[in-house]
Amino acid sequence: MSLSLFLIQALNGLQLGILLFLLAAGLTLVFGIMNFVNLAHGSLYMMGAYFAAAMFGATGSFVLAGLVAVPATMLLGVVVERIALIRLYRRDHLDQVLATFGLILFFNELVRIIWGPASVYMNTPAALSDTVDLFGLRYPSYRFAIIGVGLAVGIGLYVLIHRTRIGMLIRAGATHPEIVAALGVNVRALNTLVFGLGAGLAGLAGLMAGPIVSVQPGMGEPILILTLVVIVTGGIGSIRGAFYGALIVGIVDTIGRAFLPTLLREFLERSLAQAAGPAIASMLIYILMAVVLAIRPQGLFPVRHG
Amino acid sequence: MRRLRTRTVVAGVLLGLLALVPPIAAAIGEPYYVTLFTRIVILAVAAVGLNLILGYGGLVSFGHAMYIGIGAYSVGILSYYGIGNGWLHLAAALGVGAVVAVVIGIICLRTSGMAFIMITLAFAQMAYFFAISLKQFGGDDGLTIAARSDFGLFSLRSNVALYYFAFFLLAACLAACGKLVHSRFGMVLRGGRSNERRMAALGFPMLRYKLTAYVISALVCVVSGVLLANLTKFAAPSYMAWQASGDLIVMIVLGGMGTVVGPVAGAVALIVFEEILSGFTTHWMIVLGPAIVLIVLTAKKGIYGYLVERDERKAGEAA
Repeated sequence: MSLSLFLIQALNGLQLGILLFLLAAGLTLVFGIMNFVNLAHGSLYMMGAYFAAAMFGATGSFVLAGLVAVPATMLLGVVVERIALIRLYRRDHLDQVLATFGLILFFNELVRIIWGPASVYMNTPAALSDTVDLFGLRYPSYRFAIIGVGLAVGIGLYVLIHRTRIGMLIRAGATHPEIVAALGVNVRALNTLVFGLGAGLAGLAGLMAGPIVSVQPGMGEPILILTLVVIVTGGIGSIRGAFYGALIVGIVDTIGRAFLPTLLREFLERSLAQAAGPAIASMLIYILMAVVLAIRPQGLFPVRHG
Repeated sequence: MRRLRTRTVVAGVLLGLLALVPPIAAAIGEPYYVTLFTRIVILAVAAVGLNLILGYGGLVSFGHAMYIGIGAYSVGILSYYGIGNGWLHLAAALGVGAVVAVVIGIICLRTSGMAFIMITLAFAQMAYFFAISLKQFGGDDGLTIAARSDFGLFSLRSNVALYYFAFFLLAACLAACGKLVHSRFGMVLRGGRSNERRMAALGFPMLRYKLTAYVISALVCVVSGVLLANLTKFAAPSYMAWQASGDLIVMIVLGGMGTVVGPVAGAVALIVFEEILSGFTTHWMIVLGPAIVLIVLTAKKGIYGYLVERDERKAGEAA
């Protein structure tokens, strides 16, 4: 295994982690504030990718695709929240899981009807289709763009939550919703705002992932499960946990898949390594999560109270 | 004279009709219905098992399809090596299922609420990807099973025999579940659902009770998986897909969680509904999805749960 290959895989892992962070941030915020679990978050990501692919295909402008896809996903999220989800905030988690499970079935079938069962292709924008030379290492510039966008969102969220009035209300709403409401803050509007923000981030993730994955019905589920692993590992409700958790999961998953089969071949019989390698590699992050939960059930970076 | 309660009548009629499916199907010349209802009965077994922890224990496992997969793959892998004995299939499935359930149960039960839902889901995904990576046993495409399990004493070769075998197991599960939830063990489990801290303060080692319930419910799903592999002669990763776990929960909530017969009513209702919808359009999921949302929003008690509640209201008025 060469060093450059390792670095490339590490960058791939970072890029997957950043993508996961965009999803995990929205999911964990909604959970932290409203105590609501939204399995349909992956569907919003899928809708974002479809909006972006459709717009990009029609106009050829990636910027325009982004300008349409992100607000459209945000709007879709807010509409869904107002119609159905708002009635579920006070229900138990089982009802929330079940209702959003129904929404996933609905959205998957909806895109199948509108765009067909086959995957829709979305090209990399021309300006970013080249590679970047990094100390003699060639890496696609589009993937760098994903990393850049994700880091910018991370910084933006940090500033929003820790340095603005809205962020203060969000933090307060997460721990003491009744008091915040009693102080005259419109908690309903705050909830919708947070939900819209999460939906917008999911749309952004869909837009950025569009050119590197296949845009197809059901594309939201595998990544949703990874996102759940991220927020459980990182600590539910914590943005910091979502960020570090996403990076850990992204890098462990990518590096594991790339190198574990080779590594096992070093000290296992060839046929056994060939069978066990991919199996263990695909289970690695779940094993990681199980270990984290066994040692720290609250996650690695739980919300700091007080 | 004691008046019969509505729900007893409904439960009796439901099970009676299920018992009569093969003769009715033969009479109207639609043998396909036997296969359809075998699937319903098999999934009802799994739903009854999951309901034990979900309905009575308040533990929402979103990963019980994993145990259906373990049952199915036990039959598949043993048959692949030429072992057709059904008792061996069942023993291997229950053995593997028990070990997996104890290990996963101990880890999952460290969490509660939301995290429990997510971690059970994640473990089921892990099993799903593990099955996909088993290239020797079909990987993504699944594993074809040459023949049904051979139980020696009786043969499952005919579809009707398999149906009655599954129906017998369902009836046994219902009887056992009914006994269990009214036993001391069941009371402790239900107490833990209402107020776990109080139960712990009373001195009950709740983890042990919850783990036992978790393992029992997992093993019931394993049995359902063994039956499913016999019905389809196939074991596939999709048995463990998270939609399958979701479907089980839908059945329970639709029928009425925390009732013994509810999951059976839910399984019949959901699959018959799916079957009718898919006759109208290939895009039936676009109706099913919102229907699930509506059920959650409006019919909290479920079909059978509604009857139970009505009976209890009547009993309250009479007293």
